[in-house]
Amino acid sequence: MSQSHRLAAGGLIDRSKTLSFTWNGQSLEGHPGDTLASALLANGEIMVARSFKYHRPRGIVGAGSEDPAGLVTIDAGKGRFDSNTLATDQELYAGLTAKAQNAWPSLSFDVGAINDALGRFFPAGFYYKTFMGPPGNWMLFEPVIRKAAGLGDPPSELDPDQYESVNRHCDVLVIGGGPAGLMAAKAAGASGARVILCEETAAFGGQLLSAAENDPLIDGLAPKAWVAKTEAELGQMDEVQLLTRTTAFGYYGHNFVGLVEKITDHRAVAERSQHLPRQRLWRIRAKRVVLATGAIERPLVFHQNDRPGVMLASAARTFANRYGVMAGRKATLFTNNDFGYRAAADLVRAGVTVRKILDVRDSPSETARLLASSHDIEVRNRRAIISTMGRFRINQLHHMGLEEGKLIGPSETQDTDLLLTSGGWNPNVALFAQSRGKLKWDEATQTFRPGRSWQQEQSAGACNGVFETAGCLAQGLAAGRAAAEAAGFKTKMIETPDVDEEVTDPAAHAIWQIPSLVKKAAAFVDLQDDVKASDLKQAVAEGYASVEHAKRFTTQGMGPDQGKISNVNAFGILASALGIPVPELGTTTFRQPYKPVTIGALAGQHVHDTFAPYRTTPMHDWHAQRGAQFEVVGDWVRPRLYAQDGESFHEALMREATAARSGVAILDASTLGKIDVRGPDARTFLNRVYTNSWMKLAPGKCRYGLMLGEDGMVKDDGVTACLADDHFHMTTTTGGAANVLRTLEDYLQTEWPDLKVYLTSTTEQWAVASITGPKSPDLLSKIVDQPGAMDPGAFPFMTWKDVTISGLPARVFRISFTGGMAYEINIKARYGLWLWRRLFDLGGPLGLTPYGTEAMHLLRAEKGFIIVGQETDGTVTPSDLQMDWIVNQKKGEFIGKRSLSRADTVRADRKHLVGLVTEDPQVVLKEGAHLIETEVEPAPPVAMLGHVTSSYFSPHLGRSIALALVKSGKSRLDETLYVSQPQGEPIPVTVCGTDFLSAFQEAAE
Amino acid sequence: MFLITCPYCGVRDQSEFAHAGEAHIARPTDTDQMSDQDWSEFVFIRSNPKGVFAERWWHAAGCRRFFNMLRNTATDEILACYKIGETAPDVSTELPATPCGEAIIGSGNDAVKVMQEDEVEAHEKASQA
Repeated sequence: MSQSHRLAAGGLIDRSKTLSFTWNGQSLEGHPGDTLASALLANGEIMVARSFKYHRPRGIVGAGSEDPAGLVTIDAGKGRFDSNTLATDQELYAGLTAKAQNAWPSLSFDVGAINDALGRFFPAGFYYKTFMGPPGNWMLFEPVIRKAAGLGDPPSELDPDQYESVNRHCDVLVIGGGPAGLMAAKAAGASGARVILCEETAAFGGQLLSAAENDPLIDGLAPKAWVAKTEAELGQMDEVQLLTRTTAFGYYGHNFVGLVEKITDHRAVAERSQHLPRQRLWRIRAKRVVLATGAIERPLVFHQNDRPGVMLASAARTFANRYGVMAGRKATLFTNNDFGYRAAADLVRAGVTVRKILDVRDSPSETARLLASSHDIEVRNRRAIISTMGRFRINQLHHMGLEEGKLIGPSETQDTDLLLTSGGWNPNVALFAQSRGKLKWDEATQTFRPGRSWQQEQSAGACNGVFETAGCLAQGLAAGRAAAEAAGFKTKMIETPDVDEEVTDPAAHAIWQIPSLVKKAAAFVDLQDDVKASDLKQAVAEGYASVEHAKRFTTQGMGPDQGKISNVNAFGILASALGIPVPELGTTTFRQPYKPVTIGALAGQHVHDTFAPYRTTPMHDWHAQRGAQFEVVGDWVRPRLYAQDGESFHEALMREATAARSGVAILDASTLGKIDVRGPDARTFLNRVYTNSWMKLAPGKCRYGLMLGEDGMVKDDGVTACLADDHFHMTTTTGGAANVLRTLEDYLQTEWPDLKVYLTSTTEQWAVASITGPKSPDLLSKIVDQPGAMDPGAFPFMTWKDVTISGLPARVFRISFTGGMAYEINIKARYGLWLWRRLFDLGGPLGLTPYGTEAMHLLRAEKGFIIVGQETDGTVTPSDLQMDWIVNQKKGEFIGKRSLSRADTVRADRKHLVGLVTEDPQVVLKEGAHLIETEVEPAPPVAMLGHVTSSYFSPHLGRSIALALVKSGKSRLDETLYVSQPQGEPIPVTVCGTDFLSAFQEAAE
Repeated sequence: MFLITCPYCGVRDQSEFAHAGEAHIARPTDTDQMSDQDWSEFVFIRSNPKGVFAERWWHAAGCRRFFNMLRNTATDEILACYKIGETAPDVSTELPATPCGEAIIGSGNDAVKVMQEDEVEAHEKASQA
């Protein structure tokens, strides 16, 4: 029968519309307003999962995000595959497809259930103890264990949905839209403060939506009507933003709170707008926060308490009053407090037969007793459930007398298909604890509540340990007013609503575990992680006295639910076993996120092309059209190689490098960092930041410089041109530009504020074409409007000239990356592409060849020019690079100077940069390969002499070349060393100088 | 995520800033005269206190100025932000009981997550006052 457990009336569902959905391949129906859980229950489906470790049948226990067991997989089509979704947290939509997880081949016949029978072989710590053995053991077993134990499957397709994130500031952030939260938002909103009120579920109202039709009356209105009225009032306030389906998942430092809003998850897939993100991450900085996060009921811990049909009393009440569903037909309540009575009474009103109330206490309060008798419910005091029956759903329970903690016979049997348990209420203090507030123990209610605040927040209502509606409304009002006032607003007088309510005593009888007749009781504490009371006791027996250690040993409170309903019970059991009060034991850490957040929401817009920012040069489109392979250098996307049709990577590289040595070739060098250094003290400044002297560099000239850290290690290099006596054009490495600018700004601001120097980053102002090769003067004389000026005879190396190109101003530097004849043309960035095309128009007849960074690396390695970050790694001094010539010790102070004479930097056995040549000129060494001293690699540990930093085949020299950092390299000239290989014999190499171009030029020619 | 008051721009989000190491370490001027020991103290050795720490921050995505901050590293409480060259102001904060202990509140550490009886009493007295 369709919706066999749907009540005839009541609830916030729309009975005029029917939604069909699929559960484990079976077609079922529900209504708008349902969650997947309420719709399943309406169809009599209470068992929804197999448990994590023992594969025991599990049912729906809670009605909201506190539910530990009802994790299912939602499959909304390609890429929209969400495992570990709580059935209670997923709104129903037409066509929703869900299936049970951790069960194979099916929910009712699950092979893994053998783990349950073998349960005594899987005690707490089983995996640790069993697989801690020899190395590799875990590797062997892990795949098997992962398959057997665990949660849902990961998605296998790319997520097709869009997500977004937004930043907001507000005066008052109210978290939780129940009675306290609504009142807080109203009080704060009335002051004119900017208020954000967020509610986790689809509707405001909190527990008021779970209340019976007319109980309690608030200002004479039914609870749901009062909520609607208040929501409408809030909607009228311009500065109040209302967010439903929005969970505050993290409370971070300085009142920074993360919210995640589900925007389309509740809509049928076809009805999801293409123009809306699926979810939105709200990053909120609030002046004040009001926490109105409610409370979560905790279950009682007894033998076989995990059977489907055993449910929190509050959840059954919510299913009946909010969703119009009876979770069972013949219910029994097992409680240690008065609140359970209210749920039982509500179920009776909804049409459920409540057979009995089994109360562990001597007697309930008078209010509770009257409530039971007026609903014809039999109350049995001092009773304890000792076992339950029923394969996939509870059908019977057994209970016994309980006197002073001891069971006394005889046992009685009770038929029931729904067992409500109520072990008291835990204020939901997760966000308060995340804010680093301190909790305090409340003896009467046997739970933790907020104590001392650390951040600018205030708890109100049930999360603050106030459980009756009137108290929640009053506290919310007070907290909202206080928050607005603290944020600088004047508040108005608002009357506390009048509540007509039968108040029940919130006190709970302390009983952490119901005694059992069975020695190995299946008394589950954490239903999500399959942790039993006996596991916790075993942890204590094995010496885990700290609650954090016990958690890790047993997995208590781990997993997606983070122990929402189970932690306090666990603390109680651990503390009892240790013989200490619960507050002395303390709590585990409440961590962000409060509940699982999709990775998509956290990533927001930062996926695919927008994962990280990247920079392209003005000539980028030309490179792309030319089919360049790109590589990322710093933030830049640079052409690495321009392979032509049918050419291999190596062939293209050889062609590009050959053109640069024998014809004319061009590199896009726009990415080089450029800093404009200007001011009367610019020269002095350069003199202090570079190792060489800059005092005599005349305008019109350029100089290469090395920049060190104070530790004496090479940090950056580049050519700087003197434009005028007080004006320099500095270039840096592509990846180092931002750091160099930061370092220079740091020294100017903090160490040398007396220097009159301005720094401006001009990297993106200039497009740079670096032209190299013997025919480069021909090309230059063709392109500039002053052809004679480009003649090498009239344009010496390391100088620069201002020229015009088709009338446009440009600056040409006679400097070289490659060691060969070369020019760099700098032009305003917006003419970069034009210049590049013009160069190819004119250079075509000369055979102008574009080359990428790969050939650039090869060319400068031929000359022995270093690349910072390739030949250096932050542990290399100028002397290690055999570049002592660039260090001027006599010129006075410069950054890192003193470090160059430290005992460690003057050691003779430091690693030095040397050249390496192989016997066989065709053999190219692997970059990163290690050097050893012996022909045969000895047994580990092997003494390493250093490593290969750059290695290429040079087409110009007709042989392989390599640079390496080698221990005592300077004194090893002509020595034979060996390069270790992952496979095969070490390769013999001869140590040589780093300038291969000079050393082998003749041979090459 | 911190909320940082740049002495030049005002209150901004941490994402605009970069940490720039310990503050009030002046670069020596007579480096040639220094012993290896003294120089390496300047280059390599930094204090790493649990408690009040003077550190430099850089408003990288703002005014690009460097400035000083006093921060309680045990609790991440920012106690003061002031300009380079200024002296650190006097501040008061909850300090860890011992170098390896915890501040009474704010660290989120195990040892101080739950109020003990005496603290509850003192707190209640204080809030009543």
